[in-house]
Amino acid sequence: MNKFQKAQQVIASIMALLALQSSIFYAFNYPALFFISLIATIGVIRIFYDYLNSGLFDFLLSIIGMTILMIHVYDSPPNGFWPLLISIWLYGWLAVEKITHEKNIAPFFRKLFFIAVPIFFGAWILFAWEVITIGLNIPMVILPSPSLISIQFVNSLETLWADFVQTFVRAALTGYLIGCGSAFIIAILIDKSLFLRRGLLPIGNFISAIPIVGIAPIMIMWFGFDWQSKAAVVVIMTFFPMLVNTVTGLSVNNPIDRDLLKTYASSYTQSLILMRLPAAAPFIFNALKINSTLALIGAIIAEFFGSPTVGLGFRISVEVGRLNLDMVWAEIVVAAIVGSASYGVISFIEKKVTFWHPSNRSTLEK
Amino acid sequence: MSENTFINYFKNSFLPILSIIIIIFAVWYIFTVYLNSSIQIDSYERQKIDWDFSDLVRDTMSQKKPLLPAPHQIVSEMWKTIFMIKITSKKSLIFHSYITLSSTLLGFTIGTILGIILAVSIVENKAMDASLMPWIIASQTIPILAIAPMIIIILNAFGLSGLLPKALISTYLSFFPIAVGMVKGLRSPELSYLDLMHTYNSSRLNIFWKLRLPSSVPYLFASMKVAIAISLVGAIVGELPTGAVAGLGARLLTGSYFGLTIQIWSALVMAAILAGTLIFILNFISRITLKRMGVQE
Repeated sequence: MNKFQKAQQVIASIMALLALQSSIFYAFNYPALFFISLIATIGVIRIFYDYLNSGLFDFLLSIIGMTILMIHVYDSPPNGFWPLLISIWLYGWLAVEKITHEKNIAPFFRKLFFIAVPIFFGAWILFAWEVITIGLNIPMVILPSPSLISIQFVNSLETLWADFVQTFVRAALTGYLIGCGSAFIIAILIDKSLFLRRGLLPIGNFISAIPIVGIAPIMIMWFGFDWQSKAAVVVIMTFFPMLVNTVTGLSVNNPIDRDLLKTYASSYTQSLILMRLPAAAPFIFNALKINSTLALIGAIIAEFFGSPTVGLGFRISVEVGRLNLDMVWAEIVVAAIVGSASYGVISFIEKKVTFWHPSNRSTLEK
Repeated sequence: MSENTFINYFKNSFLPILSIIIIIFAVWYIFTVYLNSSIQIDSYERQKIDWDFSDLVRDTMSQKKPLLPAPHQIVSEMWKTIFMIKITSKKSLIFHSYITLSSTLLGFTIGTILGIILAVSIVENKAMDASLMPWIIASQTIPILAIAPMIIIILNAFGLSGLLPKALISTYLSFFPIAVGMVKGLRSPELSYLDLMHTYNSSRLNIFWKLRLPSSVPYLFASMKVAIAISLVGAIVGELPTGAVAGLGARLLTGSYFGLTIQIWSALVMAAILAGTLIFILNFISRITLKRMGVQE
């Protein structure tokens, strides 16, 4: 344990003691009091002796504290609320810190740990969000608590589903498929001509850098208010990243592979399918991943410029106007889930297709 | 630059790009005539005017609210709003670009600093690496741009208005490429270099200042180029909900309310010019810095 961790531990215990002293006379009922005193005593003991010093105990302390706060925060913000929150936050941090530095862990648990830590961190963020919004009585207009958002989410599943279908399935997915597909085909067509490639690559790079979302109002004039105009925006947004990446990927050139295929007298198509497309796959998947988020963003923003009365972007802008922030956050949850899920699906396919690539192989070799 | 390299540059880079641009403009003009013709023919028939093809070509390129304005219409509109109007006027494109540019740069600066701090703490602290890195990546799958309007309204509720809320959107978008690029860069020193530093018994701080930080600079510049482009997008989208007062995003929004296509296109072109200039400047700085540092390209 280094000095930094020691200092952390001292502060954490002091905070726990503070929480104890301010809650002894006031609100907390007996079990909670018992647990807080437990946290404080264990913390103090650990400073002076080397007992119970594994990260697991910090983890337990943190979890116990979180439970206490969660139970009591809804009645009225208990006394000693803030010291306890700080204390268990420090314990949570210490737990992660100690376990990462632990050397004698079985590989299986180490693997499990690297999955568990981000989940623990995420849970902590949610917990802090909930406790702070409720403890400080933050009005819903500014930031609704996660519990309010989840209630709204469950209550309006039907609306959310309709919005999801309109924005994601119709606009974003259609646009994504057309944009990436046509860029892929055009990339293969212009790949044969060095002249076209030299001309198109810088222009494609430039266009990828400019704010294409701005074209949304024009697309609405051309294709109307419904999902077709949003899909058109998505097509244009996803086209150039895909084009640039595919062309770059196709020009990856391994002389040994090329010579081998030449000695086999392979045709253009054969070498394209057997050698160059697989070699370009990491680049292509990179573009597909970038585009998966771009497509969703494009579809949602295009709806701000005008849309039928359904869709994620439409709902967000309308509910913000009505100050129904819990509904807005429910829509954001939908967008976040969809965004992460589509990114995850493409990453999964990428791992299966480009299993030979160093970035996917390294974990096996270590 | 010797004569030979100049000719090579002309042949390999300038000529292909120029010809592609010419093709784009040609297609653009054809589409201008094609898309605007139906409205034009309608108005001919309503006014009972005899027309031939050359009339049609001429008139489709000079409509007031065309479906697709011809490039020269956009250029003349930009000329008018940039050079013919005082820059303090609300009609000046320079005024709007300045507003957008200032929030872009503010957001970009905060995002760069935040990204560097995050990257350093991730590389230097294992616990941060384990708990933060997955969430940094996950944060980008959330379409934050889509909720930009809401963030601005929330910040307004806190009494924050004007430049900063817009800049924060840019910050959120730009910290990610910086953080990811910097983490890669700070980890890029080869094992042999690190071993060398260890044999010198150098402290972690020393390794950081003398090895990790210098070797991360090329990565930093590469990600800054991505970040500044995305900051500009963030600033423009951030302007959409503010009641369309000022900025390129506001120009887009008012243009779409009143169907002023030429105004929309000139704002778009202006945004493209801004993006191009910003990246060009960064490129220039990065080239000079890397040359001074002895990085070979």
